Amino acid sequence: MTSAEQISFPHRHLLGIEGLKSDEITLLLDRAEGYVDQNRQADKKRSLLRGRTIINLFFENSTRTRTSFELAGKRLGGDVINMSVAASSIKKGETLIDTAMTLTAMHPDVLIVRHPESGAVRLLAEKVDCAVINAGDGSHEHPTQAILDALTIRRRKGKLAGLEVAICGDVLHSRVARSNIALLNTMGARVRVVAPRTLLPAEIGRLGVEVFHNMADGLKGADIVMMLRLQTERMHGSFVPSIREYFHFFGLDYAKLAAAKPDAMVMHPGPMNRGIEIDTVLADDIDRSMIRQQVEMGVAVRMACLDVLTRDLGNGPPIQ
Amino acid sequence: MSSTLFRNARLIDPETGRDEKGDLLVENGKIASVGTSLPQPSGEVEIVDCAGACLAPGLVDMRVQLREPGAEHMESIESGATAAAAGGITTLVMLPNTEPVIDDVALVEFIARRSRDVRRTIVRTYAAATKGLGGRELTEMGLLSAAGALAFTDGVKAISDALVMRRALSYARTFDLLLIQHPEEPSLSSSGGMNEGEIATRLGLPGINPVAETIMVERDLRLVEVTGGRYHAAHVTTRGSIEAIRKAKAQGLPVTCDTAPPYFGLNETAVGDYRTFAKLSPPLRSEMDRRAVIEGLQDGTIDAIASDHSPHDQDSKRLPFASAASGIVGLETLLPLSLELFHNGQMTLPKLLKALSRNPARILRLPGGQLQAGTPADLVLFDPDKPWRIKVETFKSKTKNSPFDGRPVQGFVLRTLVSGLTVYRHDG
Repeated sequence: MTSAEQISFPHRHLLGIEGLKSDEITLLLDRAEGYVDQNRQADKKRSLLRGRTIINLFFENSTRTRTSFELAGKRLGGDVINMSVAASSIKKGETLIDTAMTLTAMHPDVLIVRHPESGAVRLLAEKVDCAVINAGDGSHEHPTQAILDALTIRRRKGKLAGLEVAICGDVLHSRVARSNIALLNTMGARVRVVAPRTLLPAEIGRLGVEVFHNMADGLKGADIVMMLRLQTERMHGSFVPSIREYFHFFGLDYAKLAAAKPDAMVMHPGPMNRGIEIDTVLADDIDRSMIRQQVEMGVAVRMACLDVLTRDLGNGPPIQ
Repeated sequence: MSSTLFRNARLIDPETGRDEKGDLLVENGKIASVGTSLPQPSGEVEIVDCAGACLAPGLVDMRVQLREPGAEHMESIESGATAAAAGGITTLVMLPNTEPVIDDVALVEFIARRSRDVRRTIVRTYAAATKGLGGRELTEMGLLSAAGALAFTDGVKAISDALVMRRALSYARTFDLLLIQHPEEPSLSSSGGMNEGEIATRLGLPGINPVAETIMVERDLRLVEVTGGRYHAAHVTTRGSIEAIRKAKAQGLPVTCDTAPPYFGLNETAVGDYRTFAKLSPPLRSEMDRRAVIEGLQDGTIDAIASDHSPHDQDSKRLPFASAASGIVGLETLLPLSLELFHNGQMTLPKLLKALSRNPARILRLPGGQLQAGTPADLVLFDPDKPWRIKVETFKSKTKNSPFDGRPVQGFVLRTLVSGLTVYRHDG
């Protein structure tokens, strides 16, 4: 954070990657780079968000993402409150808005929201008067995951433009896939998706990706192979017949990875199903897998997001 | 392996439409050459004087129920393959409705091993489209196909849930696999045993309206449109479903279908006085539908004729009509009953044989159905004209449930070869 740095992030909320311009994404990535260094020091705490209240509002179970946001807020000096709302205890629509009204009366500065329904975070953002970060809404978007993936790739490959990225697995239900497709396309990478047809949404090709149904073709010449998590309830018959068949044809192992470039790197948003979508040895192979780096980048990226959004609220010190 | 030279045959190649006198030489299990006055090769060679009989590619029967594993007393792989060989069939494909259901790689491999042991008609198998034929969870189509399953079907049960059907078509297309449907809407057919109409009413039997089939075919065709999956409707029997498939083909959808001899050889009147041997699923239809089946075969809307062989023992058939099992045996009557269409002047011999060999082979991506040098010598030698009377007691099938007992037919299998080896020869 040099004092001469100019920040121009014209959005009040971070609801999705869709609608962000490439220079705005670059700004977040550059900003996050600085926090990577900060997070590696013994003293990780800054006072940028001192006096600010951040509420982690999770309508869906999450440990990793919630912890990552919590750390990000605390390392910037903010007060972070975690609110978990069990999905069964809420009635949709009206009660979501009631929750928003209740929270907004408490004057939080940032709401970080995860919700099992696509579009719910946007609905909530319309009803509150603070910044909202989408921490995942249904099968729609998970913007901070896409930004942390981009930071991980950029640090390794030095760029995003021109890279061949294969996104493999349950694209149908994946908010991570949608955010990544949007971000990578905006940044000039070329994206393919690889999955059985039952795990691809209709007209996915219209989102600017090339579509493959087998790993050998889909991974050919790829720089990055992103595996997606297959939810347990989708493994036994309705979308794919079995774990055995899924791993045989679509699980990533060294043999299938051989179709990609020799220096291709493997990513996974976690939590992994070892032996289902990814071979366990490969997942831990520090020469091929960036899964641990993704987690590290997650905190830095979320700090960057909190940083730019709170400055833009106008109640913080402007960056000179 | 020795050679066989067929002389003086009427060679019929359904692939090219060839129908002319000539010779055919079999060497090393393959057709070595086809032509007129072929020179006799050196070495040991069997000369067969065909005396003008037809020599054609062996029949490929794409819809057969055997009862092994599970109910071998009704039909084992050995008895079924023996009966099929006697019927001029060189490859048959089993439905997966055995006990246990063929929904696992090990069972596909079991069928292949039994077929090799039996060494008669080649027995291939479909695998279940849903686990246990339960209609809910997809089977491991990719692995099952790699193990040798030719296509996916729930056998005599329709895949009735539209979402399951959509996903099955979609998943199968991932691996470019074929889905075969028993096209009958179960909610409209489950209470009935024969075609809905005057005869059912007079007999006091609950009927199945033909729309039960038409509705399912039309629904499936819309799902094919959405998914692009390859789809085959088994034993179509109604004017409506045939018309729907005709339109779908004109539209370019990846759709095929077959029918079976009872659906063009009989109509609902065969049920007569509660004859359970005329109880089939789908049921024998009206005369109008029977004619529509023949028209469908003539204009190519119906691609294939299959035996729809369904062995049932007396315990399953000697019951009140509504309680009796559905289905008839057909392996040994497939050719003579189909030849009625030729003798009635409704189809030429090459075209008829195409529906019995080349078309099912093409649908299942098998090599059969051609008289081309280099293809496997799977052949049938038959006299197309010889009159005889069907006698169920002579069937090699373990069960005799056929409504065609005593029917005078023309067309007689003299010899059947699989990979150049004689697997059936008529004595005398």
